[in-house]
Amino acid sequence: MKYLDEFSNPDLARRLLDQIHAVTTRPWAMMEVCGGQTHSIIRHGIDQLLPEGVEMIHGPGCPVCVTPLETIDRALAIARRPDVIFCSFGDMLRVPGSHDDLFTVKSEGGDVRVVYSPLDALQVARDNPDKQVVFFGIGFETTAPANAMTVHQARQQGIPNFSLLVSHVLVPPAIAAIMESPTCRVQAFLAAGHVCSVMGTSEYPPLAEKYGVPIVVTGFEPLDILEGIRKTVVQLEEGRHELENAYPRAVPAEGNPAAVAMLRDVFEVTDRTWRGIGMIPGSGWRLSSRYADFDAELRFEVTDIQTDESPLCRSGEVLQGLIKPHECSAFGKECTPRNPLGATMVSSEGACAAYYAYRRLDLVSAGGA
Amino acid sequence: MGEEVGGAAGGGAAGEGGNDLDFEGWTCPAPLRNTPTVVMGHGGGGAMSAELVESLFLPAYGGAARAELGDAAVLPPVAGRLAFSTDSYVVKPMFFPGGSIGDLAVNGTVNDLAMAGAQPLYLSTAYILAEGTAISDIGRVATAVGKAAEQAGVQLVTGDTKVVDHGSGDGIYVNTAGVGVIPDGVVIGPERARPGDVVLVSGAIGLHGVAVMSCREGLEFSTPVESDSAPLHGLVADMLATGVDVHVLRDPTRGGLSASLNEIARGSGVGVDLVERDLPIPEEVRDACGLLGLDPLQVANEGKLVAMVPADGADAVLEAMRAHPFGAGACRIGTVVEDHPRMVVARTGLGGTRVIDLPIGEQLPRIC
Repeated sequence: MKYLDEFSNPDLARRLLDQIHAVTTRPWAMMEVCGGQTHSIIRHGIDQLLPEGVEMIHGPGCPVCVTPLETIDRALAIARRPDVIFCSFGDMLRVPGSHDDLFTVKSEGGDVRVVYSPLDALQVARDNPDKQVVFFGIGFETTAPANAMTVHQARQQGIPNFSLLVSHVLVPPAIAAIMESPTCRVQAFLAAGHVCSVMGTSEYPPLAEKYGVPIVVTGFEPLDILEGIRKTVVQLEEGRHELENAYPRAVPAEGNPAAVAMLRDVFEVTDRTWRGIGMIPGSGWRLSSRYADFDAELRFEVTDIQTDESPLCRSGEVLQGLIKPHECSAFGKECTPRNPLGATMVSSEGACAAYYAYRRLDLVSAGGA
Repeated sequence: MGEEVGGAAGGGAAGEGGNDLDFEGWTCPAPLRNTPTVVMGHGGGGAMSAELVESLFLPAYGGAARAELGDAAVLPPVAGRLAFSTDSYVVKPMFFPGGSIGDLAVNGTVNDLAMAGAQPLYLSTAYILAEGTAISDIGRVATAVGKAAEQAGVQLVTGDTKVVDHGSGDGIYVNTAGVGVIPDGVVIGPERARPGDVVLVSGAIGLHGVAVMSCREGLEFSTPVESDSAPLHGLVADMLATGVDVHVLRDPTRGGLSASLNEIARGSGVGVDLVERDLPIPEEVRDACGLLGLDPLQVANEGKLVAMVPADGADAVLEAMRAHPFGAGACRIGTVVEDHPRMVVARTGLGGTRVIDLPIGEQLPRIC
């Protein structure tokens, strides 16, 4: 994939960094919304190369991290049923519920399978007509179209033993919630490029206007991120707050109309609890009434869920950008990727896991971890 | 009747396509009549077990087998210190582009011995077969074991076969244990890395892991990548022949380069500095890993080694490596340092740094 290499070219990166340094006159704090961007920033050490005072605050855009504990516990309860084949993306398997995780359920004999697409789960349902096949449909607007398509096909093809456990979350309401928070330090956003490639950019100008923050649609390769940061700093320095698209090669303003139409058919907006953050009004999708027959939450009534979050875990503050991962007292001690207390330490896109994986050198030299 | 079984076996190999294991070395298992699949009786120690050994394993092993069938292999005395290693192989799928569980089982143990500087001599092979496994598959695996042993110049001197109930195992599991002899004066170990040492790798990384993933159920993707499975003791011998005091050798199998380097950093109490752009990661491996959200440094290799050698001998060792067919792509990837002991750190292409961590367990493909 030559075109990807070109977007990590060190010479061009240096040029963009020089430009960022040249325009920056004072400290700025900006949030990259998406966990994929957090991962890329930390992995390539981009934040270390920015001008002093330009701070990247890591946002809540890791779908694995914000899936509510109650939903994880519900997934675990459903996966334990002997009549169920529970299908999930790989990185959900180690996310801790109140007491254990999907790996534990699997080791105890539960039929938990890692799939790479929800359509694979639908195939599992076709192949196992005497079993209930449940797919764990989590994620932002990026993963939602494939899940919508799968449920749509299940209904069209009459596959009654398939259902979706849905916990979709939406970016724009989260941006609003972060800006409404009294402790908010965020002065600008790098919006998640792939979310916009589905949904388009029309949801963001009103947010930029209302909260007076620049919002720059940004990609994921090092040069994409640097260009997003550069455009953001330029806006901040000039006192502008507009929507800009720094990722036009993937994001047309109108997004993907076919995907959006499918989403509107299959899902409807609902209030959603974000793990570590709390309930954000209108920030999620659930299956619309037309597809209620395929809703695993309704099909398997799991009622007695008593969630039990670790008292040490401060992932909520990390997800809101209030603290950096290593500022949590459990970081690297009680909480490691091997023994995670919160979901931010599990997913490779979680800020805690990214810091643990890539940044312990600085933290050790600084005596921080 | 016997011909039918043999025919079915050959047909299986041809019909499944893509796995070009040589079947010529495997004669028709004529006495294995009426049992195109493994049944419990094959592990019972009676006539059926004997048939399996005499009509399948020994012919498939060819010249690599020592045919005495006593309870223990009796071996001649050797001059020098012995290296002894064992490993079990449960790879799924059993056949993948560039190899099979059979050649892995030989090369893996041969390489473990080679990483101690040993010349591998003898291997045991033990199979745990799941009831219902196709005899033809066992034939293909055993043929691969025989060929790999012959290529590596080791003798298969003792073995065992057990059969477990359908559902208790999965196809074919193989354990091999091996013995080798270490030449006098050679001292190689994970505790010998010293600050100033140069870190060398023998060629492109990530090939085996990507090849296996490309044909894993539910993940089939098309890639030209083939497993790099190969015996490395010849390469090691050439490196040692330079006279340079090679400090550490490691074959970065499970957990990839990052696991090996972390183990060495911990074993020697040193830091390791890598230069990311010097890492030999083929484009296909990078693409596949990018797609799946995996780190190429954590992907398994089966025919590569990483070496720590004193700086003044690095060029000589590198030259010797490049002259060997299994080291043609050898290169320098970093240095051993006093700083950040027990930690592996890479300088990124953009000039930042990142810690290369020990992988936790299974690699989990990301959600998006």
